[in-house]
Amino acid sequence: MKSKSSRYLAMPYIIWIVGFIVIPLLTIVYYGFTDPNHAFTLGNLAEILVWENYRPLYRAMLLAASCTAICFLLAFPLAMILREHKVGRGSIIVFIFILPMWMNSLLRILAWQTLLERKGVINGMLTALHLPEQHLINTTAAVLIGMVYDFLPFMILPLYNALMKIDDNTVNAAYDLGASFWQTLTKIILPLSVPGIVSGVTMVFVPALTTFAISNMLGGGKIYLIGNVIEQEFMQDSDWNQGSGLSLVLMIFVIVSMLFVNHFDDKSDTRRGGIM
Amino acid sequence: MKRLDCEMFHAIRKIRTRRLPAAVLALTVAAAVAAVAVGCGTTEKDIEKIPTPAKDTLYVYNAGEYIDPELIDQFEEETGINVVYDVFETLEEMYPVIEAGGVVYDCVCPSDYMIEKMIKNNLLQEVDYDNIPNIKYIGEDYMKMASEFDPGNKYAVPYTWGTVGILYNEGMLDELGIPYPTKWSDLWNPALKNEILMQDSVRDAFMVALKKNGYSCNTEDPEELDTAMKDLIDQKPIVQAYVVDQVRDKMIGEEAAIGVIYSGEILYVQDELADTDVRIDYVVPEEGTNLWIDAWVIPKNARNKKYAEQWINFLCRPDVAAKNFEYITYSTPNTGALELLDQEYLDNEDVFPDTKKLLETCEFYHFLGQEGDALYNNRWKTVKSS
Repeated sequence: MKSKSSRYLAMPYIIWIVGFIVIPLLTIVYYGFTDPNHAFTLGNLAEILVWENYRPLYRAMLLAASCTAICFLLAFPLAMILREHKVGRGSIIVFIFILPMWMNSLLRILAWQTLLERKGVINGMLTALHLPEQHLINTTAAVLIGMVYDFLPFMILPLYNALMKIDDNTVNAAYDLGASFWQTLTKIILPLSVPGIVSGVTMVFVPALTTFAISNMLGGGKIYLIGNVIEQEFMQDSDWNQGSGLSLVLMIFVIVSMLFVNHFDDKSDTRRGGIM
Repeated sequence: MKRLDCEMFHAIRKIRTRRLPAAVLALTVAAAVAAVAVGCGTTEKDIEKIPTPAKDTLYVYNAGEYIDPELIDQFEEETGINVVYDVFETLEEMYPVIEAGGVVYDCVCPSDYMIEKMIKNNLLQEVDYDNIPNIKYIGEDYMKMASEFDPGNKYAVPYTWGTVGILYNEGMLDELGIPYPTKWSDLWNPALKNEILMQDSVRDAFMVALKKNGYSCNTEDPEELDTAMKDLIDQKPIVQAYVVDQVRDKMIGEEAAIGVIYSGEILYVQDELADTDVRIDYVVPEEGTNLWIDAWVIPKNARNKKYAEQWINFLCRPDVAAKNFEYITYSTPNTGALELLDQEYLDNEDVFPDTKKLLETCEFYHFLGQEGDALYNNRWKTVKSS
């Protein structure tokens, strides 16, 4: 009786999964493997071999990897600091870092537009200090800044959680046994935080790889990523087949990179870390 | 219960890397639902209306910032018809919406070549001019111009018209020591690095490069298109950004010295800068340009053709057209409205150019068919990717 009622409780999730994940995904697969006349084809997937498509993919991979690396370098020391001061203070600081996530991300990117523009806030300050104006907006650097800003919380949270879960005694034991700070960091703390790193890397890399809004708004339409190609296929060219084909290729890249990252995860103790 | 718990736990463990995005997604969906509810201005009364849209509601689909919003209220007051007003950014974005028919609109305002495409693909229905007596105010010249993409003027009622040209900031160009542009090829001057805003739409971008080389902006000759593509790629390093509606605001904000834009924006830009010493001017390039007409059409699947015609008739009324012009500043083909406007406007050649002179060098865009479109789209992708 009990198990039956709990099965009903799962219904909303099943409806959600089927309606909003399975069916849309199958639609994409259908479009991806057919041509406009509904005949089977692999041509849409093979399109990735065309220069116009693999170049933006390569560019997106490069930017996403850079973004992930920068996020990690920023977030790990922060997570370490939060770990040191875990009593009380930690939660407020973490809250502040997560706070921006409560605001629409496009709005935050718009704010960056205002900051980076030629007559924007940053150049305004430079001019006030009699320093030369900088060309910031509509560059690769601007897109990278936007990505890092948008996705940093997704790196901080899992790292913070993983580090908080490491037993102080483990760390103290390492020091007692004569390990230096550097040794403790590389031999104890880093290996134990691998699950958090894996979560963080995935959660930053995947959205960074697929974004098109950030590159559009901060790149001035000049920094063309694979997400922009797919957007153009759907929105401008009305070519849903090719757009779907390229989306599938992108999904394969995402899955491969997740498998690669998860490979490290399996080696460590999986009960530790993770997000939240 | 326990077994299920355990299973769920494992399921969550497996997807834990996705848990947070899911939460964010849920929040986003909730926010989107709320935004839609607020955005449509749904009061409790409106919610009752939504399930029966056909009764007293007119669904209008127009380009962004392309009407005086007060006129929508005025129309609602005068007729008692409730207007649901949606906007699109580009015509290419609008077309699949109408084609798919998922959202049914009664009245849409596309441009010439898109109207031609919609007529050819059988998406429009003929306008009944008996219901639009104010059609008499639309100048004959403009109806003749419109017949180029709508033979016999069966489907489209002209709303605005104009050219595509170059907006330039005199002060910034003086500072750079660059003469004011007079032709498209001036946009390839390397001294203008990071000073140019190009249109982020395939036909407009290619029009600039095609006209620069003296070709038609409707060409389907692969060699001519390749030349244009090469030119656009060469130009890319000095272009600051490819944007659509933002050209106007970026020019007002002095973000760039030069922008490719529709003639209708010049008055708005000058009005905004009236109290400053910033001088911005507009030029129709010597090589010729695109001449365009935006017109109201009624999709085939419209539920309220009568309301749509009432809407068009309302917008063709001289006082309404004049009020609308003063707001959107896009040239009106309404002769009745012209009589109501200040002479100052009519003397402005940027806004009301001599159509006969223009027609010598300028062209309308034509619908090129799927294959013709592909010739442009593929090359545009190459430009954007490089």
